[in-house]
Amino acid sequence: MNSVRKRDLVMLVFGLAVFGTIQGMISGGMIGSFWQLNIILICINVIMAVSLNLINGYTGQFSIGHAGFMAVGAYVGVVATTNFHLPLIAALILGAIGAGILGFMIGLPTLRLRGDYLAIATLGLGEIIRIVIMNIEYVGGAAGFKGIAHLTNFAWAYFAMLVTLFFVKNFVNSSHGRACIAIRENEIAAEAMGVNTTKYKVMAFTIGAAFAGVAGGLFAHQFYLISPNSFTFLASFNYLIMVVLGGMGSITGSIAGAFVVTFISAALASFPEFRMIIYALALILLMFYRPQGLFGYMEITNFAPVKKLLDKLSGTKGE
Amino acid sequence: MAENTKPLLKTEDVSEVFGGLKAVDDFDFYINRGELIGLIGPNGAGKTTIFNLITGVYVPTTGEILLDGESIVGLKPYEITQRGIARTFQNIRLFSELSVLDNVKIAYHCHVKYGLLETVFRMGRYFGEEDAITEQSLKLLKIFKLDEHAHEVAKNLPYGAQRRLEIARALAAQPKLLLLDEPAAGMNPQETHELMEMIRWIRSQFDLTILLIEHDMSLVMGICERIYVLEYGIIIAEGTPAEIQNNPEVIRAYLGTEAVN
Amino acid sequence: MDFLHQFIQQLINGVSLGSIYALIALGYTMIYGIIKLINFAHGDIYMVGAYLGFFGVTAAGLPILPSLLISMLVTGCLGMVVEKLAYKPLRHAPRISLLITAIGVSFFLEYAGMYFVTATPRTFPNTGLNFAFDVAGFIINGQQLMIFAITIILMAILTYIVQKTKLGKAMRAASFDTETAQLMGIDSDRVISMTFFIGSSLAAAAGVLVGVYYNTIDPLMGIMPGLKAFVAAVLGGIGILPGAVVGGIILGVIEALVAGFLSSTFRDAAAFAILILVLLVKPSGLFGKNTNEKV
Repeated sequence: MNSVRKRDLVMLVFGLAVFGTIQGMISGGMIGSFWQLNIILICINVIMAVSLNLINGYTGQFSIGHAGFMAVGAYVGVVATTNFHLPLIAALILGAIGAGILGFMIGLPTLRLRGDYLAIATLGLGEIIRIVIMNIEYVGGAAGFKGIAHLTNFAWAYFAMLVTLFFVKNFVNSSHGRACIAIRENEIAAEAMGVNTTKYKVMAFTIGAAFAGVAGGLFAHQFYLISPNSFTFLASFNYLIMVVLGGMGSITGSIAGAFVVTFISAALASFPEFRMIIYALALILLMFYRPQGLFGYMEITNFAPVKKLLDKLSGTKGE
Repeated sequence: MAENTKPLLKTEDVSEVFGGLKAVDDFDFYINRGELIGLIGPNGAGKTTIFNLITGVYVPTTGEILLDGESIVGLKPYEITQRGIARTFQNIRLFSELSVLDNVKIAYHCHVKYGLLETVFRMGRYFGEEDAITEQSLKLLKIFKLDEHAHEVAKNLPYGAQRRLEIARALAAQPKLLLLDEPAAGMNPQETHELMEMIRWIRSQFDLTILLIEHDMSLVMGICERIYVLEYGIIIAEGTPAEIQNNPEVIRAYLGTEAVN
Repeated sequence: MDFLHQFIQQLINGVSLGSIYALIALGYTMIYGIIKLINFAHGDIYMVGAYLGFFGVTAAGLPILPSLLISMLVTGCLGMVVEKLAYKPLRHAPRISLLITAIGVSFFLEYAGMYFVTATPRTFPNTGLNFAFDVAGFIINGQQLMIFAITIILMAILTYIVQKTKLGKAMRAASFDTETAQLMGIDSDRVISMTFFIGSSLAAAAGVLVGVYYNTIDPLMGIMPGLKAFVAAVLGGIGILPGAVVGGIILGVIEALVAGFLSSTFRDAAAFAILILVLLVKPSGLFGKNTNEKV
């Protein structure tokens, strides 16, 4: 068996072990409902951060409207379960398809724009999605969609996260992923090396949007009510911050970023008046002292001790 | 046989106008399979513009560009690369934050056959092709004496090594025609000499046709079989290095009229 | 006739709203022009300006005009301080770091504001402008008149500064090419600082005027107008001063028309739809020139 495959297997086993531990603690009543909710939120935020990282960090296309795609996934999902009585898995898949299609339709024309212009366009599109939803009476308009079944639990959130992580990890470690990274590094050179830059930008954007749709579906079925105001550009900023905090272009970084941001928000929940001030200052200081984020372009598997351990477990010698 | 006598690349009356200024004017030239051609001329003569026209960065205002007898006008740069033309850049354009090895691996992109599903589920052709790409990339790096730096970040390489990496990367795209834009710029005489040997060697080794822009006359005269001289977007001379060296038009273009008289 | 009447009335409302966007957009476009930063905190600077004006009128008991001037002065200084503390250390950092910092500053101003003045909206006191003219059946009120007058005066002053003074010349040079300007002996740090001062004080003026016009202010009031002013700047062509003014007014008029004839819930969508349309058709804006990267 190929060593890379063995490493995948080791990581899968590790992922399952983490799941078993946390699920065991939840079943054993060791984790209260507040932290249970936050663990689920971490999983959802990891999906959001990793999918946004594919667009922003790996492909270098600065998008700040990710909450819009989450909203599409959430609303498609709740309509599927509430109005059509479909199971959660179908709702998540439909939400992903809906958000993915919209991502494709939006990405095709807008990804011609560069840098700040793309950023502001995606921000605008995210807001338009929200305002359009607000005006659809079928899904509750501005008041929001009520009476959603509480279908999301830790297992769903965790395995959706695991699928996202494996998808994105495998994607970026392939010729397709390298094409995206090449676009980030130097678009003109990428094109000269035979990379169809438009195709890969749109591909990254569509995949990112689809996973944001999954996250939206999970998010919606966690609460009994969703409203368009959960998906403003401030929410998009929050996901962007997770990505930047962790490191643009690092999956491990996005996991860490989602974890830290969710954890800090939860920990500061009892000091609402200071929460956002501390958050803002932390953000500015981070940019001063570690603008590349916690991990930069590195993955945890690149760090020597972790690499050694992985090599040992998968029975190969490191380079 | 008839196939081989046709030029690999041919341009017919190619002109490029930038806002009223004719950067390239009725450019007519050809390159036969296996040739090593030089394109020289004073600064601003339009040499890089011609590279940009051939590689699809610019679309010619008028004229035709034929690769193997087929028009490539209007194709996107990546499509032209897929058809077998690769280039380097005058102002180095590496994927500077990536490793030297990854820089080369990216250029195999247009020869990869595995699809998205095979990527995500890591099955089918994925492992076979990925292993082959890594192996070939390392081989290429060895040729360019970059194998020891394979895992370093490209931007940390010395200047000369960055230029070599650009050529290695272009070769990884497996072109028929290689365009080198000032490959010796910023190199010392020793490095230039080594580069010259290397260009000769890769041509025979990879069965290449090469077109190069260069300011270093020793390099151009040393390795090119034919030379085109460009001034103000117009070809003013064409011939073997010996013919070019004695052409009064060329001397005038480079040194001014006084030198001729 | 009824339609035409309503149309012109909305036009008047739109121009007054647009003047406010224009004032904010000027700061955006000046700052973007000089350090290429989408200053997300600009809307919050405008909020601070509104509050200073409010306290000038209420706590200090000053008339509206001195309150406006004091607010402009103090907010201008705040803009300079923000630049010095938050943006200057990142002058050579990647653009994204700067952008994230701006988001951080924005959050900081919003929530520090909330801490100090509470989240409860404040009602602007009567400023003696609550009269209205009836010109041939069209209503123009005192607040609108004040907005028009102050906007025109401020723009005249700004035009004078940018076109006639040494500082203006330095600003234009620096926004064209900061490094070359520095080589020509322009103290770019000072120019950037002054740009933040001017931009922030214009935003403060807009904040006070909005307080007078809509009567209520709150710590999060800057978010939407800030974004829309940026849209206005992009619409006119980012970095171009007359563009920001024209963009602001067009945006204000379109919003008023959408709110008046369609539905006020689509008002915000209209602004963003315009943005996307402009970016797709002519990303450089109405007055901008297209530029391409040289290969």
